[in-house]
Amino acid sequence: MTTAPVEAGRPAPVLRRRAAGLLPHRPVLALLACAVVAALAVPLVFTLVQAGQAGTGQAQRLLERPLIATLLWNTVTLAAAVTTACCVLGFGAAYLVERTDLPGRRWWTVALTMPLAVPEFVRGYSWVSLFRQVHGYWGAVLVMTCSLYPLVFLPVAASLRSSDTACEEVSRSLGRGPLATLWRVTLPLSRAAVAGGALLVSLYLLGEYGAFAMLRFTTFSTAIFTEYQLGFDAASAALLTLVLVLLALLLVALEGTLGRHGGRPARTGTAPRSASRVRLRRWTAPAAAALAVLVGTALGVPLYALGYWLVVGGSTTLPPASIVDAALTTLGYAFAAALVATAAAIPVALYSWRRGTRWARSLERLSYLTRALPGIAVALSVVYVAIRYAQPLYQQPPMLVAGYVVLFFPLALTALRAALAQIPPGTEEVARSLGAGPATVLARVTLPLILPGLGAAVAMVGLTASTELTATLLLRPTGTETLATQFWTYTSGLAYGAAAPYAALMAALSVPPVLLLTRRTLGTHHRAEKR
Amino acid sequence: MTDLTVTDLHAAHGRSPILNGVDLTVAHGQLACVLGPSGCGKSTLLRVIAGFHPASRGQLTLDGRVLDDATRRPVPAERRRIGYVPQDGALFPHLTVAANIGFGLPRRERRKRVSELLDLIGLPDLAERHPHQLSGGQQQRVALARALAPQPELLLLDEPFSALDTALRATLRTDVAVLLRSTGTTAVLVTHDQEEALAIADTVAVMQGGRITQQATPHRLYHQPTDADTARLLGEANLLPARLDTTVAHTALGPLPLSGSAGPATDATVLLRPHQLRLSTTDGPDRVRVRVVRSVFRGADHRVELVLEAGAQPLQPLVAHTDTAPPSDGQPLYLTVTGHAHPV
Repeated sequence: MTTAPVEAGRPAPVLRRRAAGLLPHRPVLALLACAVVAALAVPLVFTLVQAGQAGTGQAQRLLERPLIATLLWNTVTLAAAVTTACCVLGFGAAYLVERTDLPGRRWWTVALTMPLAVPEFVRGYSWVSLFRQVHGYWGAVLVMTCSLYPLVFLPVAASLRSSDTACEEVSRSLGRGPLATLWRVTLPLSRAAVAGGALLVSLYLLGEYGAFAMLRFTTFSTAIFTEYQLGFDAASAALLTLVLVLLALLLVALEGTLGRHGGRPARTGTAPRSASRVRLRRWTAPAAAALAVLVGTALGVPLYALGYWLVVGGSTTLPPASIVDAALTTLGYAFAAALVATAAAIPVALYSWRRGTRWARSLERLSYLTRALPGIAVALSVVYVAIRYAQPLYQQPPMLVAGYVVLFFPLALTALRAALAQIPPGTEEVARSLGAGPATVLARVTLPLILPGLGAAVAMVGLTASTELTATLLLRPTGTETLATQFWTYTSGLAYGAAAPYAALMAALSVPPVLLLTRRTLGTHHRAEKR
Repeated sequence: MTDLTVTDLHAAHGRSPILNGVDLTVAHGQLACVLGPSGCGKSTLLRVIAGFHPASRGQLTLDGRVLDDATRRPVPAERRRIGYVPQDGALFPHLTVAANIGFGLPRRERRKRVSELLDLIGLPDLAERHPHQLSGGQQQRVALARALAPQPELLLLDEPFSALDTALRATLRTDVAVLLRSTGTTAVLVTHDQEEALAIADTVAVMQGGRITQQATPHRLYHQPTDADTARLLGEANLLPARLDTTVAHTALGPLPLSGSAGPATDATVLLRPHQLRLSTTDGPDRVRVRVVRSVFRGADHRVELVLEAGAQPLQPLVAHTDTAPPSDGQPLYLTVTGHAHPV
């Protein structure tokens, strides 16, 4: 057994730090990284400027409308209810899968994350088309909870899996039973993971448009969308967007305070030990039944709806469109954006990986900002920039690609960072000491090593963008139909049968990114059960 | 009073057996060390005693109370009154030192008992610290205090010092042994470090291949192990082929007195510890001429490997520990043996 004397309180120094002194500062990389982040930030900065131009008088008039109060109330109460439900379901499911002896844990993990493959507006469609009763506030709570609980389940399951059960065992040996241990130890230790998941859930809720429109529930994003479509008033739409952005930043700050304490490992360096699982005994059947109900509601209903409408089909009065054309258009735009986003992510990822300085890390964190902003706000800000400064590009293909890039850049960056983290520290330095120049090192060592990561980044962005509805509706060139917009056209005309193949194809396209995400979050290797 | 009795204990992970009939007895107030190489099942033994892992056969009793006999449902960990200190302490990272120590106590007793224990482990000023603000040694002390707080009938320690550096390890293990004796706590400590086991234990149980092969006092175990594996596990060993005849072992080093009576003449192997071999530059009775093949300076002494100049060689070079470096100028060297030879 190795004895690694790791003293707590003084966390092991970040190994990358050493590289900062060894490698000469390369301004080219730094400049490229800064340029990418600046380009990503332009639309958001512009939204601020635009909203500022509204003037205090207009702003006051707009913000004092009773509509704003209603929107705020709707958005906040919905976010509160759905986030709470997601936390309860996500934590509960993760606990059952990772900490108890429930049979079929691997299978449950996959089944519990798969609902992420059903885009929210497709889920809205499957409920609305089957049950007329599902609409309004409670409908939205039901549909969004089913869609989003995996965003809590995944990080909590990952944190439970990576932390060993020693704390729980000590608690048992001190006389606390399984429930008291769950409440007093497991839950506090998962707080950071739960808070992170809850943040993602509430941010999704702020930005979602399609599902709410289908459920006839008004939130900020649906109101912004309507405002934009009816009479285009850039200033007031920008003001509403700004309110949404502020709400999002508020949530980020809230997560920062709530998620900070707890979960901080007292010491690292010893290998995680085998888990002693809580024996469910007579609770096995009820626990399995509860998970079955959850999976049935979240995954079974959309699958049934898709199957039903695919079989029943249905006549439509709308002009028939070719699903092949729509699919090709979709993949063309999505993968163009994926290539651009991945290429842009390379300098940012490399820069912050090689130079662990505060500045480099802040730069990287800044580029994650778009992930914290509602999709509709990002899309609209791209529209503003195009109208104001790049009129010839307005409603042209590059604008849609640019929108996708800004929206999904964080996905590409995450994938690249994960790949870079696999490279043992010092690899590049060794290559340099063997006489290879910086460009040669990049071409012969670094890029080949992160090739799988590049592939994952392209796939992740491309497939996720393929199912994007809100930004596509706002940014697409006139007359262009993607899978999502064509589906939207059909469902708006209540042609549920005609919409089904589009929904099915989008769900199928979403499966690989979900599997990628699950694998990256939970790791490919299940922890060895024996010692 | 509080006796831990483990009888013919078996346990498995899935289908692979880990424990194959462990027998272990720890008397009240004793500190027992389970010593064994990695993977011999010693941590699993501890986890079965603590109640984190079920036994598949055998019996486990504490003070006459059956905890697990592999037929009925085992007593759950929280009702065994057995304290547990895992390898890295596993302090609750979300709680302060005081809250960690008070975790297993009823609310009204907490304040008084926590300050008692903080004094006992010598960290009275750290009550409000969080675990990540403590050093490794402090964390282990707090983990120990937390386990002792509810006054358990038995304390289990799973390689509690292995994550610390050498100097700290030696200090802390002495402190812990003193503390456990002063509180009269019965304890089982698992380790792969023979020095640690010999230094602090009242009784050492050697574990190999999922079984206890010998349990004895440290002194007896070191000088009179039952087999060659145990002899080597406890420290460097010279194993010599010998012919035993009642109280004498006839070896390549001449006739040596045996540690016990061997009975009728047999062929066997005897153990001589390195410090039993003495080197000198002058010849004399019962001295054997040897040659140095390797010598390593280790600070406190020299480790010298020797071969015989004449006669049958042992399989391995003989090892002696000497205070001064052996002469390197080819001067003749002679070997004498002190003490008894022990047949293994």
